[in-house]
Amino acid sequence: MDYLALYVTLKLAVVTTVLLMVIAAPVAYALAYYRFAGKSFLEALIYLPMALPPTVIGFYLIIVMGPKGFVGRAWGMLTGGSLLFTFFGITIASIIYSVPFAVQPMKAAFSKIDRRLLEAAYVLGLSKRETFFRVIIPNSISGIAAAAILVFLHSIGAFGVLLMVGGSIPGQTEVASIAIYEAVEMMNYKAAGMMALSFIPLSYAFLLLINKLNEGTRT
Amino acid sequence: MTIAASFKKRLKYFDLDISFSYAKKSMMVMIGPSGGGKTTIIRMLAGLEKPEEGRLSFGDEVWFDSMRGINIVPQKRRLGYVFQDYNLFPHLNLFDNAAFAAVDKKEVDELFELFRIDHLKKRKPHMVSGGERQRCAICQALARHPRILLLDEPFSALDAITRRGLREELKNLKSKMSFPIIYVTHDITEALYLADEILPVVEGKIDDQWMQRMITREPSSEVALRAAREPRLTLVY
Repeated sequence: MDYLALYVTLKLAVVTTVLLMVIAAPVAYALAYYRFAGKSFLEALIYLPMALPPTVIGFYLIIVMGPKGFVGRAWGMLTGGSLLFTFFGITIASIIYSVPFAVQPMKAAFSKIDRRLLEAAYVLGLSKRETFFRVIIPNSISGIAAAAILVFLHSIGAFGVLLMVGGSIPGQTEVASIAIYEAVEMMNYKAAGMMALSFIPLSYAFLLLINKLNEGTRT
Repeated sequence: MTIAASFKKRLKYFDLDISFSYAKKSMMVMIGPSGGGKTTIIRMLAGLEKPEEGRLSFGDEVWFDSMRGINIVPQKRRLGYVFQDYNLFPHLNLFDNAAFAAVDKKEVDELFELFRIDHLKKRKPHMVSGGERQRCAICQALARHPRILLLDEPFSALDAITRRGLREELKNLKSKMSFPIIYVTHDITEALYLADEILPVVEGKIDDQWMQRMITREPSSEVALRAAREPRLTLVY
């Protein structure tokens, strides 16, 4: 079994989840609490990765992150290296691929909080920032956890985007989903089967956990 | 310290246009039919809503002035505000709720004893009765050392007996308070029982005749103006 590929998968999923939750929280907050011009257009744009074929996302990421793209060129000037075919590159790809799965459940959890609770906090002297950490987060924690698990599972499952942006460099960008595909290509069904099997209990356990969390919010 | 307020705002069914000032350290009851703009006025005092025009000052501090573009955020007004419900944070127990913005956490213990809920400190809000929740909400507001206490129909979601009990407690308590209290209700009985001063608000304006009309009207002659919920007999206190 290709433990290295499994390790890269888990590392990518953890890094993606942590970074994306931090990035998505303020976005979800703005979508839940503010009204501004063009909000529905922005929201649809944020959810777009969910509706696009992964290869389409991958294609545009190659264009943008490649040596001629503006992100790739800026990165090249800063570090002298390339973004494509690196772990950092697939992390960016994985984050963009999973953005909707972080923003949507968090926005839903934030919107469920009664506005009057926030007003009570303001009158009690809490700034918006303190209210976010002391009132909003504790009261939407199961929604936030559900979002984190969804992102984690979704980035474990990523394939097309990562293959296009990262290729398949062992220890760098070769994740388990790609390793399985390659093992099958080389008729190595035993290795593919072992790796495939290892996903099932992991994904199943996390889905059970999401169900538990959703039940918790309903009561 | 004088509260001087003058607010104008166009609401859905009428225009709010009201000015009042209040200087005493006692209780002013704002009374009027439901949907008459009382809550909007309280929210403007707290800074949760913005008048279109007007001015609000407390002592030398100007909290709102539409001419000068001043609008102090609710955080800096240091008020106590008790809503009808929804004051308490569901994720915290009663003690942590009351201590949420307390100046001194030790005082919360004293307040809990005063309001007879010290045996419920560790309970979450959904585990106690509505009356106990409102007691805790008042403790929460008092623990912050408010400069004005705003009570917006704090007992109206409660049953009649609990409501009457809390009303009495509040009346006993108010002599100990060193700040003005503004109490909103649509219940004439409650107003007469608690008030040192009464401000009748009908459709966004002060209407001094409203209470007389409500008390003296023939029950059948006029549709009740969504107010005076308790039977008129309870007026004999």
